[in-house]
Amino acid sequence: MKNSIIVLLVAFLSISAVAQDAKSKNKKVVFKVVGNCEMCEKRIEKAAFSVKGVKSAEWHVDCQDIHLLIDETKCSKEDVAKAIASVGHDTEFAKAEDAVYEKLHGCCLYERIK
Amino acid sequence: MYKKIVFVLFFISSFASAQEIIKGTVTDKKKQPLFGANIAWQNSKSVTKTDENGNFSIEKSTEVSILEISYEGFETQKIVVNSTEILTIILKEVNSLKEVTISKTKKSTEHSLYKVTNVQTMGQKELLKAACCNLSESFSTNPSIDVNFSDAVTGNRQIKMLGLTSPYILITDENIPSVRGASQAYGLSFVPGTWVESIQITKGAGSVINGYESISGQINYEVLKPFNDIPFFLNLYGSQDSRYELNTNFNHKYSDKLSATLFLHGNTRQSRNDMNNDGFLDNPIGKQVNILNRWQYNDAEKGWVSFLNLRYMNDEKQAGQVNFNPETDKFTTNAWGSEVNTEKIEISNKTGYVFPDMPYQSFGFQNSFQSHKQESYFGFNQYTIHQKSFYSNLLFNSIISNTKNKFTTGINVAHDQYNEAVALNFNRDFSRIDNSLGAFFEYTFDNLDNFSLVAGARIDQHNRLGTFITPRLHIRYNPWDQAVIRASVGRGKRAANIFAENQQLFASNRNFSILNSDGKLYGLNPEIAWNYGVSFIQKFKLLGMSSEVVFDYYVTDFQNQAVVDIDANAQQVLFYNLEGKSFANSFQAEFSIELIKHLNFKSAYKYFDVQTQYSSGQLQKALQAKHRIFGNLSFETHIKEKGQQWKFDVTYNWLGEQRLPNTTSNPVGYQLTDYAPSFAVMNAQITRTFSSTFELYVGGENIGNYKQNNGIVQSENPFGTYFDSSMLYGPVFGQMYYAGLRFKIK
Repeated sequence: MKNSIIVLLVAFLSISAVAQDAKSKNKKVVFKVVGNCEMCEKRIEKAAFSVKGVKSAEWHVDCQDIHLLIDETKCSKEDVAKAIASVGHDTEFAKAEDAVYEKLHGCCLYERIK
Repeated sequence: MYKKIVFVLFFISSFASAQEIIKGTVTDKKKQPLFGANIAWQNSKSVTKTDENGNFSIEKSTEVSILEISYEGFETQKIVVNSTEILTIILKEVNSLKEVTISKTKKSTEHSLYKVTNVQTMGQKELLKAACCNLSESFSTNPSIDVNFSDAVTGNRQIKMLGLTSPYILITDENIPSVRGASQAYGLSFVPGTWVESIQITKGAGSVINGYESISGQINYEVLKPFNDIPFFLNLYGSQDSRYELNTNFNHKYSDKLSATLFLHGNTRQSRNDMNNDGFLDNPIGKQVNILNRWQYNDAEKGWVSFLNLRYMNDEKQAGQVNFNPETDKFTTNAWGSEVNTEKIEISNKTGYVFPDMPYQSFGFQNSFQSHKQESYFGFNQYTIHQKSFYSNLLFNSIISNTKNKFTTGINVAHDQYNEAVALNFNRDFSRIDNSLGAFFEYTFDNLDNFSLVAGARIDQHNRLGTFITPRLHIRYNPWDQAVIRASVGRGKRAANIFAENQQLFASNRNFSILNSDGKLYGLNPEIAWNYGVSFIQKFKLLGMSSEVVFDYYVTDFQNQAVVDIDANAQQVLFYNLEGKSFANSFQAEFSIELIKHLNFKSAYKYFDVQTQYSSGQLQKALQAKHRIFGNLSFETHIKEKGQQWKFDVTYNWLGEQRLPNTTSNPVGYQLTDYAPSFAVMNAQITRTFSSTFELYVGGENIGNYKQNNGIVQSENPFGTYFDSSMLYGPVFGQMYYAGLRFKIK
């Protein structure tokens, strides 16, 4: 009897340990994305939303960061950063290609991350 | 503080230090690193900034030990540095109240380019332009709402939107339906303007969340929130027509979570005015006591917010002939008079919960109990109504895959118990109980760019209206920069309270009759209407001045209406189901411009075509001007250091001809012309702010002194067959001046 309780307890603990490792469905993520203006904001947020698993995306021009809520079982912050970089914005995790950057609207040509 | 510094200085000197580097991280409360925060030694000019991870390093200063960390939108922090261990600095955000004061001046009324529905928000600034005094009077500077002239007997100012009177507008108190049923006629005058934080005016179909009753639009008002309120507010008002008002708000914050405000309002008018010499009071005399105690509980971390409102109101009005004395003349032919006494009790609670790790998801639960009791007589006509109602609404907000797709769903329950009796040319008890249960779902899509839509539907089961579906749809599209096109369509259905909504007709010697008897609402059928509308807004610069044009066109098409017919015969009021067409088409063109900084001009032209099939034919709605022109000019000086400021505001309203009810059956002396003449009224107000806590205002209404002199038919013999005071088209009092003061403790 005692043993079974211990076994159960151990099993339970291991499960909860796994649960803690498990990927959150509402993970808050913030990382740096560079941009200049309202047009950038639309472009950045649109790119973020194009990634499956992104539940909410708000980019702030004043702090130059994007606040995300993502379902980690479906995507990672790197996936989102890549998607944003692919439309021309440098991020903490991924840089935009020069060709894409150069095609941005004049007012959106932000100072690039070196 | 000084002790600390001394202590630290002592510390530093004892460590006669070499060049050392201070390192640290700056974050906000949620541990998010702040990028670009300024780090500097006190009084020193060299500034270091944090990197994208919020990290900084700065050479230790030999003179100063106080490090200043500042970041826009956050409170500057000073810390004493006495060692080289790595610092973690958490900056506190400047609270939202302060944020407002540093943001750019908000327009007093705002047209949104991005909201889906055609909503205008009137802020407190706009509300102050109409110093007096209650909600029904606060729309005088807003072109979308037409305020009628108060009629002599009820003293009531009815409002209209899209050419339809207030019963067709859903009026809500923080989204709880408030002015409805028994309170339809006077309800707006029972909400003091100084209690109101803002008003949202939605033209057209409205949302399904708050019910099925809105037809021409929705007016929602938000009452001041105890959490943000100032400790004390006082408003005193007095006017030439001897109306005096007192408003005091006391706020107390019991903890960082619990706060409460006590709102006290009193008004009175005792002297008897008869400026147009018809023997009748121009405004009712009487008094009102109105008390609201509002509690707010806020727990931002856990995501809870809750409000509890307790309210009591008692209002007494007396109108009629100047020499009428209720004690001796009530129900006699000595003199004609009227008394309307109303008592209102309201308890409501609103609780909201936002899931802390899912900010897009929330619950809302609203409950409201209201008792509204009116006892009144108008000459020999008697009317009593007591409505007890309970309303409950449970809402759930969330998203579908991401925040571009949001939805709100929920259920609500309404219970209305009416004790209603009339003693007119017939005596009858109309007491009844209405119950309804409804469920709704509203979906919002936003492409985060130039397009959004709100599509909603609800299904309700009502013991008198039956089971029915109410669909509503709103679309917004930004075709180009600074422009928006909106379209909406929706259905509304309601139970007309034919007596409560048409009380002004009791002040006549007309005979009342209801021609249908097979319906469930006074023998009539429910009112059903569709509303369609389009609107276009373009903001632009005209010679460098920011300007805006707004065009809207709305159609309300009744499938059934409880028609109130005063045209069949001047001695009758007929109520019957619509047979034929009834519609209200309205067009509005608005232009506003900021001529120079702080000088704003707003103008509007309005066209209404409101027609109903009456027994005597298809007619334009009586007492409704087809054309209206509105103008408003406001100017304010720059706010000086201590808050001193002047504000000037002038509003001009021109009303075209209005069709008057048919009086051809009256003898020649008691006949009205077919149309009332066009006329204009002008209001003006000057406010002098002496400091951020004290201001005085003076103003005038109807400065041109326009008066309708023959407002009451057969006023010399109110017990004669032709007496009728319900056909007023203009002001009876003439010009009126007022003054008042506002005092705040912050």
